[in-house]
Amino acid sequence: MTFHLSPVLPLGAFDFSVFLRPSPEAVLNNLSYLLVGLGLSLLLALASWVVAFVVGSVVGVMRTLPGRILPSIGVCYVELFRNVPLLVQLFVWFFVVPDITPLLGDRFKQQVSPFWQEFIAGTVCLGLFTAARVAEQVRAGIGSLGSGQLGAGLALGLRRTQVYLLVLLPVAYRILIPTLTSELLNLIKNTAVASTIGYLELAQRSASMAETTARVYEAFTAATVLYAILNLLVMFLARALERISALPGFLGVGGNK
Amino acid sequence: MISIRNISKWFGEFQALNKCSTEVGKGEVVVVCGPSGSGKSTLIKCVNGLESFQEGEVWVDGVSVASRKTDLPKLRARVGMVFQHFELFPHLTVVDNITLAQCRVLGRSKKQAVDKAVQLLEMVGLVEHQPKFPAQLSGGQQQRVAIARALAMDPIAMLFDEPTSALDPEMINEVLDVMVKLAQLGMTMLVVTHEMGFAKRVADRVIFMDRGEIVEDRPKQTFFENPETDRARQFLSKILTH
Amino acid sequence: MLFDWSSITGSLPILWQGMIVTIQITLVGALVGILLGMVLAVLRLSRSRILSWLAAAYVTVFRSIPLVMVLFWFHLILIPLAAGLLFPGQRLELGLLTALTAFSLFEASYYAEIIRAGIMSVTKGQFSAGLALGMNRGQVMRLVVLPQALRRMIPLLLTQAIILFQDSTLVYVINLDDFFRKAYNIGNTVGTLNEMILFAGAVYLVICTLASGCVRQLHRKLIVLPVK
Repeated sequence: MTFHLSPVLPLGAFDFSVFLRPSPEAVLNNLSYLLVGLGLSLLLALASWVVAFVVGSVVGVMRTLPGRILPSIGVCYVELFRNVPLLVQLFVWFFVVPDITPLLGDRFKQQVSPFWQEFIAGTVCLGLFTAARVAEQVRAGIGSLGSGQLGAGLALGLRRTQVYLLVLLPVAYRILIPTLTSELLNLIKNTAVASTIGYLELAQRSASMAETTARVYEAFTAATVLYAILNLLVMFLARALERISALPGFLGVGGNK
Repeated sequence: MISIRNISKWFGEFQALNKCSTEVGKGEVVVVCGPSGSGKSTLIKCVNGLESFQEGEVWVDGVSVASRKTDLPKLRARVGMVFQHFELFPHLTVVDNITLAQCRVLGRSKKQAVDKAVQLLEMVGLVEHQPKFPAQLSGGQQQRVAIARALAMDPIAMLFDEPTSALDPEMINEVLDVMVKLAQLGMTMLVVTHEMGFAKRVADRVIFMDRGEIVEDRPKQTFFENPETDRARQFLSKILTH
Repeated sequence: MLFDWSSITGSLPILWQGMIVTIQITLVGALVGILLGMVLAVLRLSRSRILSWLAAAYVTVFRSIPLVMVLFWFHLILIPLAAGLLFPGQRLELGLLTALTAFSLFEASYYAEIIRAGIMSVTKGQFSAGLALGMNRGQVMRLVVLPQALRRMIPLLLTQAIILFQDSTLVYVINLDDFFRKAYNIGNTVGTLNEMILFAGAVYLVICTLASGCVRQLHRKLIVLPVK
């Protein structure tokens, strides 16, 4: 598929009024068209992040537990979700799973609106995909605390679950804020893949706008700027979170050792 | 109070403990010493079940540590442990470190727990550091808080795993003083340490371990004056020149 | 719920064609990406503030936008633009070229970061020792720092290549027929979409699991063992 661009647009000839003209959906203008796309990207990202954080924490913790069964389940989960391409996983959740699930699958295909079908498939897919990466971070975070903290908690008579919830995870999460932030940023970028099943997020909309208005530069520049702004916003919030949760004098694991 | 009967432990092929047996009676202070790698830390961790063992038995106040029926957390709540690297919880203040297990394990009210914490902090001389975080304290102060944290559970016995080995020299004494005080108050203590001065002051017995075995187990006086084995003699001569 | 796997055997030739495209994208993307990434890394570490800033800007821009968008950019703007300038008036099949270019430039930003981190992980002491022996900066980089840095980087570079192998499936959005797209098309036409999707997934799973297993072994040999 080739696309001819006859006039070579010099950078000075940006036509910003294109943003105020009617959008492909004929709802408001192009700028709001893109902004809605941004909102949809963000929505999908946040929903997926909730899934990723919860599932990833559970799997990550499982990998640090003693015994053979639970850690192995954790390893299998991570290997499975990290070694299949995201697009393939998305198609599995969107096409294959509803098809082969006996009762719920049919209901899903027939009674749920396309938007929600896409959203749910996207959330489940991105959530579980990112969870595998979060699990690795959580595992490394807990591992970096050393066995001493676990031992100290157990020696006081706390049960293992209590030690994890009251001692290990609170400290591990603080250490992990930077890496988890970059996972969230990756997740936001990965929401663009949902466009392949029809979810009209920002990247797809910028391409649509480019094709309908023939203003390719403006469309893509706008989308790039919006993604960049979103990036900065997330990083700003992450740094604020780091500052709020910082412990006085605590520079990192192994303070006085 | 603590009864270690013929325990042996292997880490894979490597044998860390070889048929170790000893008793610690109520109110006794027993010091365990020996070269590194002799199994001292492993032995003491078997007492509260932090390390498992393949052969033998360990009984604490009539409860078998290795038995499947034993509620291990409950047992551990009754035996206090102090670690070489203090292991205070970095995200909690000094006071919260001491009250956490009191509330969650013993079910004490927050007020009871805090009162107890303050009382113990007074005993170790750190009451004004209540609201601070562990990273803001020196090593010696952290270890004293760790001792208070263990004592807050009203243990029947205290285990010390090289409590001063990670401290700078000038802070060792402040911790040893607290431990001496504890011994004088009649606490049953099993202490792994290199500090022979401490042993000479308050120990009732001294155990010498080498390569996973208990080589000597004698009253303090006889151990220092007249060790039976050459290994113990060599060890003492190297240590006591300080 | 009966699966019909029969369509797979018949379509292997077509699938193989798609796999060739996938492999091309992976190899070119990785090789060009690493070369360009090295240039970018060195630029970022250079003394010239302008060069350093330019390289940093490149890396930052490519790392903050989705790969899908980069593919759209190249597909709708940049490649046709270049084609229009170089071969005016001709209609060309630009799909593969778009993919190769886009992936190479995109991956370069990720490789640049890996390489830069690898170089920085070699201590200053090593650098000073080289200078003290009378070598100039360039020599020290080439003879002392880079060889050490490379050992640490290689597992990460390979891991990134595995990620690239998986990301190549995104050429779906520019309608290029890679392995997955071929599988999807066949499934759609024959009516065995589920089977083809699962089959493709299984193929990727096997290849990537084996590959990452090898990288882990390599990591142990290169990094973990020598330290002991």
